[in-house]
Amino acid sequence: MRREDQPTRRRLLAALTAGAAVGLSGCDRLSQSPGWLSLLDSAESLTRRAQRLLIGSRQALAPEYGEADISKVFKPNGSVEPDDPDYVAAKQENFANWRLAVDGLVEKPLTLSLAELRQLPARTQITRHDCVEGWSCIGKWTGTPLKELLDRAGLKPNARYIVFHCADTLEQTLDGTGRYYESIDLIDAFHPQTILAYDMNGASLPVEHGAPLRLRVERQLGYKMAKYVMRIEAREEFASLGRGHGGFWEDRGYEWYAGI
Amino acid sequence: MSSLATEPIAAMPARSRVVYRHSLLVRVTHWINALCFVLLLMSGLQIFNAHPSLYWGQASSFDHPFISLDAVQDANGDVKGVTTVLGHSFNTTGVLGASRDDDGEMTARGFPTWITIPSYQDLATGRRWHFFFAWILALNGLAYFGDLIARRRVTRDFALSLADLRSIPHSILEHARLRFPKGDAALHYNVLQKLAYLSVIIAFPVLVLAGLTMSPGVDSGFPWLLELFGGRQSARTIHFLLATYLVLFLLVHLVMVLVSGVFNNLRSMITGRYRIEEEKP
Repeated sequence: MRREDQPTRRRLLAALTAGAAVGLSGCDRLSQSPGWLSLLDSAESLTRRAQRLLIGSRQALAPEYGEADISKVFKPNGSVEPDDPDYVAAKQENFANWRLAVDGLVEKPLTLSLAELRQLPARTQITRHDCVEGWSCIGKWTGTPLKELLDRAGLKPNARYIVFHCADTLEQTLDGTGRYYESIDLIDAFHPQTILAYDMNGASLPVEHGAPLRLRVERQLGYKMAKYVMRIEAREEFASLGRGHGGFWEDRGYEWYAGI
Repeated sequence: MSSLATEPIAAMPARSRVVYRHSLLVRVTHWINALCFVLLLMSGLQIFNAHPSLYWGQASSFDHPFISLDAVQDANGDVKGVTTVLGHSFNTTGVLGASRDDDGEMTARGFPTWITIPSYQDLATGRRWHFFFAWILALNGLAYFGDLIARRRVTRDFALSLADLRSIPHSILEHARLRFPKGDAALHYNVLQKLAYLSVIIAFPVLVLAGLTMSPGVDSGFPWLLELFGGRQSARTIHFLLATYLVLFLLVHLVMVLVSGVFNNLRSMITGRYRIEEEKP
């Protein structure tokens, strides 16, 4: 070790410490800069394209598990007990008069009761639910493949997205943008594991998990899987909905494509 | 360096020589990797803070985490940070579990504000940083590994010989005394360097694969990843542990850079030129 390194080293350490402090506040400032955030967003479309290239075209299925793997405790998240008056009223009637609407860019709009949904072809799958926060739970879901509904309603050629309008208000806002909604594209809409689940673990879907009907999009994160679904709308765009990003959490900074 | 020129033994043969140590590709990928690693670490801890518990297996067994950083309120109503590892709890108030937020308030937070991006709790923005720099790290890593293979650098620079393995105890002693190889011996990595760099060369791709295993999209196309890591939650834990290992490596790496001639080391990773002192005859 040479003596001449000593002052260099001390100066370097001081510079590193100062640099770290500047760097930290700089990262916070960048985190609020629209230009920087839109640069970071370029990764989302890269991820979506890469994943679609690798898994989208071949309709790869999400892993399915066995009965023994079902989580003893399945953590509910988001709304767990909506207090929206229409929902509360429907719940009190045990959803007997509840109807699912399928409309928008379709040839033949539908309205279906729970009983009618249960008469359609069904799919049961034991899958892993991955929350954006990092935890996972495994549950068994039974429901109507979305494809069955879309085939019956008949999509118009300009339909590009399927939007799910929900009964729950997750955030109180003045302009109504606190109402939950989600959107997926047609690749995921017609995926065999994309179902509207009315049963969970062999019983009717509990309120905390989205009764009477929730979406399952098994190749994406939990926030895409809208609960309390009231209406399914086929659309050409979603920019004019909510705050324009295609979903409740997307409007609050989360990625529209939640495959990772 | 300048002090050498002032020594009164000008007539003696050169006491040092300058060699070209790191190729341009290695230098560029090193610094891109360094920047990405720091940003990925800090945005990764932001993401971790959204659910500061780790598990083994496919799903989360909320009652039995492998590691968890929690906040509890004591009898006086004060917020305390508790770190639990395999059922053993430690008070880590101020750093892990609970620490002061930007307003000075003791808050439930896995890791403290000074090590997360952004400093305040914001999972959505942390994810954007993380995935952007993950792409850069991965592409940068591909360039590095391509070069490693094309120039057969694994066998040339990192292969461990029997003599290397035998020299481990000696090398540890020499490092502990801060005595580093000179002359021709300094032209090659010593055994501890080889082991340390090899471990990092292996850890980075495994870390990236463990990260990808957390993606439900990737899992549908490559379910074998789940088997490789023993499930999504195991993959998250391994991702965290490997990142921890790399932080330890980085600390040792920085100390070694500082004590073995910081100017010379930095110059060799910027210009490629490295000065080797000859052994005394």
